[in-house]
Amino acid sequence: MSLDPEYLKIERSQEWRAALRSKTKNKERTAIPRVHMPEQAPEIRVKYQDREVNLGITAEQAALEASRCMDCVTPTCIEGCPVNINIPKFIKLIENGDVLGAAATLKETNALPAVCGRVCPQEKQCESRCFYLEKMNLPSVSIGHLERYAADFERASGTSNIPKTAEPNGIKVATVGSGPAALSFAGDMVKNGYDVTVFEALHEIGGVLKYGIPEFRLPNAIVDFELENLRKMGVKFETNFIVGRTASFDDLKEDGYQGFFLGSGAGLPRFMDIPGENFNGILSSNEYLTRVNLMGANAETSDTPVILGKRVAVIGGGNTAMDSVRTALRLGADRAMIIYRRSEAEMPARIEEVKHAKEEGVEFMNLCNPLEYFSDEKGMVNKMRLNRMGLGEPDASGRRRPVPIDGSEFELDVDLVIVAVGVSPNPLVPSCLPDLKVSKWGTIVVEEDKMQSSIEEMFAGGDIVRGGATVILAMGDGRKAAENMHLYLQNKLSKTTKTN
Amino acid sequence: MNKIVEKEYFSDKVIRLVVENQKIARSRKAGNFVILRIGEKGERFPLTIADADPVKGTITLVVQIVGVSSAKLAALEVGECITDLVGPLGKPTDIELKGTILACGGGVGVAPLLPIVEAFKKAGNRVVSVIAARSKDLIILEDQIRRWSDEVIVMTDDGSYGRQGLITAGMEEVIQREKIDECIVIGPAIMMKFASLTTKKYAIPTQASLNSIMVDGTGMCGACRVTVGGKTRFTCVDGPEFDAHEINFDEMLMRLGGYKSEELLANAKYFQK
Repeated sequence: MSLDPEYLKIERSQEWRAALRSKTKNKERTAIPRVHMPEQAPEIRVKYQDREVNLGITAEQAALEASRCMDCVTPTCIEGCPVNINIPKFIKLIENGDVLGAAATLKETNALPAVCGRVCPQEKQCESRCFYLEKMNLPSVSIGHLERYAADFERASGTSNIPKTAEPNGIKVATVGSGPAALSFAGDMVKNGYDVTVFEALHEIGGVLKYGIPEFRLPNAIVDFELENLRKMGVKFETNFIVGRTASFDDLKEDGYQGFFLGSGAGLPRFMDIPGENFNGILSSNEYLTRVNLMGANAETSDTPVILGKRVAVIGGGNTAMDSVRTALRLGADRAMIIYRRSEAEMPARIEEVKHAKEEGVEFMNLCNPLEYFSDEKGMVNKMRLNRMGLGEPDASGRRRPVPIDGSEFELDVDLVIVAVGVSPNPLVPSCLPDLKVSKWGTIVVEEDKMQSSIEEMFAGGDIVRGGATVILAMGDGRKAAENMHLYLQNKLSKTTKTN
Repeated sequence: MNKIVEKEYFSDKVIRLVVENQKIARSRKAGNFVILRIGEKGERFPLTIADADPVKGTITLVVQIVGVSSAKLAALEVGECITDLVGPLGKPTDIELKGTILACGGGVGVAPLLPIVEAFKKAGNRVVSVIAARSKDLIILEDQIRRWSDEVIVMTDDGSYGRQGLITAGMEEVIQREKIDECIVIGPAIMMKFASLTTKKYAIPTQASLNSIMVDGTGMCGACRVTVGGKTRFTCVDGPEFDAHEINFDEMLMRLGGYKSEELLANAKYFQK
């Protein structure tokens, strides 16, 4: 709804917003420098797995930053947001001193604002479409920091505003998985009056937000708070439940479920298929991060073990690689190294994550590629062989293709290797649904504008469709799926009422 | 949910538990496993389902105390609950009429073998079972195996019960005397390795059910990697049963020791208490 120009116009023409616009001249607004996020000092933060790096901006900083936004007639920033937050409205509410109102605005379209304020790559989305950047070549308004500020303010205030939900319509729908795509879907469906149950295979709700993203980037308590909001809105959660296995889709249909959202994520870690890769001490980033983030293996009291490497090599250049290497540092590594086959310019990780990793002492061995691993007599990895790479012509992804340099091979002592070279879709759900159309990569095929799969009552989104993307793109899929499942179910319902 | 309704000691280290879980009791098939977690600090670990009663809504698990998590599970009494229990996981055993099945179970491996023996028998096969353990007190579920087998051979390492010798001796005896159409082996990795070498000599198609280290059990972590036919497979989603003649058992044995030093430390701390 927030992309509807009429709605945006009405909102923008409200008296308080017009007054705010005329209060400060645009020239004064553009003269304010962009806010700088206060950070925990690197030498302190590397000691704690569960302390946030970004400390959050202060009330004064937030008010000043909010006043930078010029409340544009055509807010292109909203187009850059996968869940279409009414960005100027929430920012102007902060400028006006109504931070709780700003938080409520976020929740109109975003089920997890405190999460998005922390982990979204705003620089590639809303902020990349900001007037400051697009038209004036100035640093964009810090939309992400302001989002986090409003969400954190509300949480700290103890007065959580629960979004309004429509009268319950008694129609049961289910999500398969409880990650960002499913939660975003659940939030929108419960607002539309549906009876929503979120089914999760693990013992904790949250998917990648819990098992994947470390606490120094996204504390579990923040995720739990957002989950509590969804629970208060009426969303039901069921853990230890694998849809298709624990009960079949047919069983659930018999129980009255009329629509399903498949958001089971990118389940299978990829490996490189090189000699020695199955030695002990070589694990996927999923395994390493799950042991630490979900199972708390770094704590004395946890029964789950984790290898505390001293010379740790992390293979890959994405956000998961950065999360893994920074976790290894916090768990006591002397050398924590990123091994990436391209150069920093091609790195898919967020700029902020790379910057934080460098400050903390992570070594970047870019343009290097693993060839083989070696082990001690017990099968524990102790060495790897690599070669150096050069960059050739751009490949299908538009990035320059890495090419091995002849005679550049070298060896490196390691005692823990974390492979973070991507994931494949989880096969569990498709294997239970023979009629479900999947691509050759195993991702679920959907009608892109609707997120509807080849089985009409099943919609899908997030990594099970995209193969590996971001929290916010998954959330955008969840919203789109909710909107279209709502239309589909209402349409189906009106047909059955007519025939009756 | 997940309440223990029955507990039986096969020995002081091997315990049978009957656990309430309506959904898994109904949906599990022979060969499936579950993932369990005991307590809020507990680790996730897999156990193959030994039996289920869909009417009563219970599943049976057999656990051998080898470390902290198995000890915590074994310490639960009737009326207490398993914190988390999820399943059924893994591909079920491929059950059909094949002719004569040689079913081999070593130690607690006899527990996951039981539903497979039952299913093969019900599918009309002739089933010859060989069950083995170090000594008499470690032979488990003999009567239940007998119920679904045409013949049962019991082997003990020390000769305290049945015949003296390793499981492979009992297998050889059966193979020498009759045509075996398929063999299934479940037990300690080292036993499966040698059982598999035995049937390979005679080119008998053989399946082995693996007990790899797992965290999530749904394909997400890759801790359970195993090399089968030169390719890396995941025990949790591609298995737990694989063509035994293609499994790299030496790598599997090595990988089972992947957290040995951490486990020894944890055991020392836990059992000292």
